[in-house]
Amino acid sequence: MIKAYISGMVLGVVAVITALYFVPAVDLSREASIISVTPNGGNSEVFHVNVPMDRIMIGAAGMENPVPEGMRWPDEALLAGTRAELFKLRNSRDTVVGVASRFAARDAELGDVVEWVLHLPARGSVYAKMSAAPTNGGRVGRLRAGTREFGDLLGNISERWIADDSPNATTGTGKIELVTRFVSTQVDDDDFETEPGP
Amino acid sequence: MKYLLTLLLGIVSGAFVAIGLLYFNPLTSESRISPLSVSDSQQLSLGFSAVAGDAIIYTNDGESRVPPYPERVLQLWEASIRDTDAMVTMLRNGRNETAGIGVKFSSPSESTRLLNGEVLEHSVWYVYLPGQGTMLIEQTENHWNFLREIVVPAHWNSGDSWRGNWNGTITSGPGALGTGWVHGGSGVFRDLESEAIEMLKATAYSAETGPVAVDGQIIVDLPARNAALNEP
Repeated sequence: MIKAYISGMVLGVVAVITALYFVPAVDLSREASIISVTPNGGNSEVFHVNVPMDRIMIGAAGMENPVPEGMRWPDEALLAGTRAELFKLRNSRDTVVGVASRFAARDAELGDVVEWVLHLPARGSVYAKMSAAPTNGGRVGRLRAGTREFGDLLGNISERWIADDSPNATTGTGKIELVTRFVSTQVDDDDFETEPGP
Repeated sequence: MKYLLTLLLGIVSGAFVAIGLLYFNPLTSESRISPLSVSDSQQLSLGFSAVAGDAIIYTNDGESRVPPYPERVLQLWEASIRDTDAMVTMLRNGRNETAGIGVKFSSPSESTRLLNGEVLEHSVWYVYLPGQGTMLIEQTENHWNFLREIVVPAHWNSGDSWRGNWNGTITSGPGALGTGWVHGGSGVFRDLESEAIEMLKATAYSAETGPVAVDGQIIVDLPARNAALNEP
């Protein structure tokens, strides 16, 4: 009887340790990346945000209808020229693959700042600095830093507002398109022509 | 039959023993000393409240312990972001004055290994300090000690809560010394590459609603050219 109990105990200990070793505690859901290879050896990926459906937050001083309802944007003079937005981020199949923040600030010391952070849970994050002045109806910027999958990359990112011009569309509906063009830092930089950015 | 029952009882006991060993294993406790405490550089300190209700917004899948704030905020229920938390919060400097605003995205890491005392998350902070600059802080966080010393005791407590005084560093990487990496963006932080850690100071936690009184602190190591920022 005691032998059965001790054997059971050993089995129990081994079972728990084996389960903890082999069964992943975290198993993130992944969407297949939709990447196209560009002629210069880099790759390109298109993301977008459907507005207003994917907008999690928009905060700015003096805003009459902040999103989400009930949010209290801080009444600080320091943030007078700041506009902060949070979105869900979609791939070109219109599937949500991450979250993103966009900060636009008119700062007396820094000038105009427009920056994106894209966070794709299973892949990593992208930190991009955009040009202050829009060009051709959008902005271009450069990858300042990336984490994990994006850690060894350099390249460009562009943003463009595409208004929904369908007959039933209301004002302010459309999508923000983000196109990334990244190349590995292992590739000779001379082979990758970067667009002018900030 | 009684041998089979004894064997099953042994298996259950063994499972509890294994979990107990794992939980009380002193080898999985991390040092609480900040790796940046031995740095010669000056440091930028940014404080924030880690309580969801104190943030400008906090959101998750809506089914987690910590409820999104405000109530009507869009929830992250889609499969690929279901485990992700997003928070926008005010940041305060070392003199407890408003310094700027921070956005934190965090998601559990598939490198989590409970056997090693690792409950890992990948997180990034986007920090905007008006008049100073912007930066991204990239971290791997280990919440093992927080879970073991606060969350589990809160569940054991008959009042479903924990009260005490807990200080700890949650940053565990990706830097070799357990520090996060800082990538400067604009202003005085332009092109900055440095290190940072995030610390938590907890005094109250509820098993039902999560942190009740938890303050966070981000410490950024400033190379000489940025050191003037923290001077009074």
